[in-house]
Amino acid sequence: MILMPEPDATALARRAEIVSALRRIVPGEGVVDSETGLRAYECDALTAYRQMPMVAVLPSTTAQVAAVLSYCHENNIKVVPRGAGTSLSGGALPLADGVLLAMGKFNRVVEIDEANRCAVVQPGVTNLGISQAVKHLGLYYAPDPSSQIACTIGGNVAENSGGVHCLKYGLTTNNVLGVEIVTLEGEIIRLGGKHYDGPGYDLLGVVVGSEGMLGVVTEVTVRLLPIPPIARAVMIGFPSVEAAGDCVAAVIAAGIIPGGMEIMDKPAIAAAEAFVQAGYPLDVEALLIVELDGNEAEVDHLAAAVERIARAHGAVSVRTSASEEERLLFWAGRKAAFPAVGRLSPDYLCMDGTIPRKRIGEVLNRMKTMENEFGLRVANVFHAGDGNLHPLIMYDANIPGQLQAAEDFGAAILRLCVQMGGVLTGEHGVGIEKRDLMPEMFTQADMDQQQRLKCAFDDAGLLNPGKVFPMLCRCAELNRTHVHGDALRFPEIERF
Amino acid sequence: MSSVTPADAAELAEIVSRAAAEGAPLEIVAGGSKRGLGRFAPVARRLDISRLSGVIDYDPAELVLTARAATPLAEIAALLAGQRQMLAFEPPDWTALLGGTGAPTLGGVLAVNQSGPRRLKAGAARDHLLGFAAVNGLGQIWKAGARVVKNVTGYDMAKLQAGAFGTLSVLTEVSVKVLPRPETELTLLWPVADARAAVARMSAALNTPHEVSGAAYLPARGVVALRLEGPAPSVAHRAAALGGERLDEAASAALWHDIGAVLPVLGAHAEIWRLNPEPAAAPAVLAALHAHFPEGAAFLDWGGGLLWLGLPRANGGAVRTCLRGGHATLFAAPEDVRASADVFEPLPPPLAALTRRVKQGFDPLGILNPRRMYREF
Repeated sequence: MILMPEPDATALARRAEIVSALRRIVPGEGVVDSETGLRAYECDALTAYRQMPMVAVLPSTTAQVAAVLSYCHENNIKVVPRGAGTSLSGGALPLADGVLLAMGKFNRVVEIDEANRCAVVQPGVTNLGISQAVKHLGLYYAPDPSSQIACTIGGNVAENSGGVHCLKYGLTTNNVLGVEIVTLEGEIIRLGGKHYDGPGYDLLGVVVGSEGMLGVVTEVTVRLLPIPPIARAVMIGFPSVEAAGDCVAAVIAAGIIPGGMEIMDKPAIAAAEAFVQAGYPLDVEALLIVELDGNEAEVDHLAAAVERIARAHGAVSVRTSASEEERLLFWAGRKAAFPAVGRLSPDYLCMDGTIPRKRIGEVLNRMKTMENEFGLRVANVFHAGDGNLHPLIMYDANIPGQLQAAEDFGAAILRLCVQMGGVLTGEHGVGIEKRDLMPEMFTQADMDQQQRLKCAFDDAGLLNPGKVFPMLCRCAELNRTHVHGDALRFPEIERF
Repeated sequence: MSSVTPADAAELAEIVSRAAAEGAPLEIVAGGSKRGLGRFAPVARRLDISRLSGVIDYDPAELVLTARAATPLAEIAALLAGQRQMLAFEPPDWTALLGGTGAPTLGGVLAVNQSGPRRLKAGAARDHLLGFAAVNGLGQIWKAGARVVKNVTGYDMAKLQAGAFGTLSVLTEVSVKVLPRPETELTLLWPVADARAAVARMSAALNTPHEVSGAAYLPARGVVALRLEGPAPSVAHRAAALGGERLDEAASAALWHDIGAVLPVLGAHAEIWRLNPEPAAAPAVLAALHAHFPEGAAFLDWGGGLLWLGLPRANGGAVRTCLRGGHATLFAAPEDVRASADVFEPLPPPLAALTRRVKQGFDPLGILNPRRMYREF
């Protein structure tokens, strides 16, 4: 169980006063303080953790955001920003003594700039909404997290979201040209813009993926790409996960970077097939879907090459989509894998480690052993192209001890990922979920340096505290080591 | 001028730690090819990291290469070429531009975020730095990122280190994303009447799905150049769709080398400026520059998003008044000019203050490359 910082009794005692101060900044229904109203914000997509915020504010202008943050800064009140609340890592989990800053009213596409191949949007626009707004120009926004119907670009910036196409097209960070942020002190700062690369330090680069801890994003300029003319999916069945993994490595070694490469293991195939009847082979241990996009000449050329490589790596079935309908059907099962697993089990935890691709077989075999150890089952879907695993650990929260067992299992998987030379999270973010595992990957010195960056943006530590780092940010303490130039040993730092 | 040459990261940390205690700043040098870049702010002591060299790990199927920071770029390029891979951000050859004598290193390329023509499609150097180990201005060893291509664990410090000109930390080890080399390439040349027509032509091509991986306008030759790369059948298909005069693979490679090397405006120039305008505003910026500096020479890369300007006299003070959004950097100029001018675009006050706080978070005592980027720190 992840513990959050102790609520500040002073802030809680001043609740009524804080609510009326916020109402003066955001009039009308923009401040929510009723129990029923606040219930909507009690969790994000990491639903095992719930906490009602002290109050929620829904600003609609950058000036209001600046005024709210400035008020919170002056009054030492914590702030948790929130987009659509689709985070799988608890990044938007409210704090009992904090203001929840919900950015949903920032839902306008501000400008579509075809000549500069970009769009300027407010953070509450959904990921898919951007692509829909520019579709008539033959353009789209490339990163496509599976929650793209609901998740917002502001949340994508906070989490540096990925998706199935990021091996070829990059994560959010590679597709955002600029942002406007408001710091906790209420300063409005623009980073980047429609031009390439900003002047000075790449602060845009650290704001993307900062999980709402450096500033509140109030505008985003995204890069747009031309829609590829066609895409085909090759669906390949393998007698073992290792063979599928080897095939992925061979595709890349052949110089091919597909639009997407996804592997599902047998439990995931069975769950998905039962749910959407995509025509998946049920007698294979692993299913690999390779998507190739581009012009027809290129896609046909590469699809043939992928088929050859697959057969050379022991594929027992190979099918290339002959139509757009068939391609979408191949994907339907993969895209529905999470809800499909949800039908098999009352609850599941979705993990998100990344490993070097060559370790895929080894890691999956170790997970099988762990299933017995923890008494829980796992279905695996993963972005094989970049080694990003999504083990779905099935459990039943109503059975005492199972949530804890699932969390322990998840932690064991992530430790394994790090041991294999990988990382705790490939695209979902650390949030609260993986917070206490950060020392698996980072030394105290590594984390202190990260915290010093935080201090440059928010030295009061009021923006989304309790997330990502297993200790509170203490800028004064970190600054003292500067002054003394001490070696880095702190007296034992208090953990949550 | 004294120089220290640590054998490894631990020795390096010790040196920085001592320098911090003594308040004695260090100029960080690896190959030395970029010493002429940035503000001219001489530092008495040089930290020569050239012994931190050598590839640590390279597995082509993982698309990741890890090397010590001072590994020569040429060594990396040769190793990758042997596996038909590359650094996709296409680090350009700035030897002639900077008049440097040393060999460029991987760490140096990343420290200045040095990206070539393919930046347009593949992203900048900063997009390819996956992880690193470094020593901050207090002599503390720290690391961030990892050796895998997909990772969001903690702040994305790699972005911040790339392009910080060694003012935040000394890179000791870096992991970069590598990609397969395209099977073939060709370039299409289009005669154009002026900059407006050129940018319109580039913009139209970039908004097609033909995956243009280089788009430049060379006013002296009156042409737009568009590069296509990929499998042969695909390149042939796209070239036919776009049209234009074709340059074959070898001629294409030579042209883009020269564009990356900024050769079209080198020559008898006292100042070279790099402007990053909004691509669509490039014609207006070029016109304004021409009115101010009729004797200057310029060309566009990145579809208009990169403008190189050469001035025969060191009188570029008004260059920034010609910008419409974006920013400008004084790239090559006599030492006295680089000592007094704003080499990097001056920042608006809140951003300047934030930038300074960030610097203090890494190098509070101002030991690492002081005043290389900004006069104040």
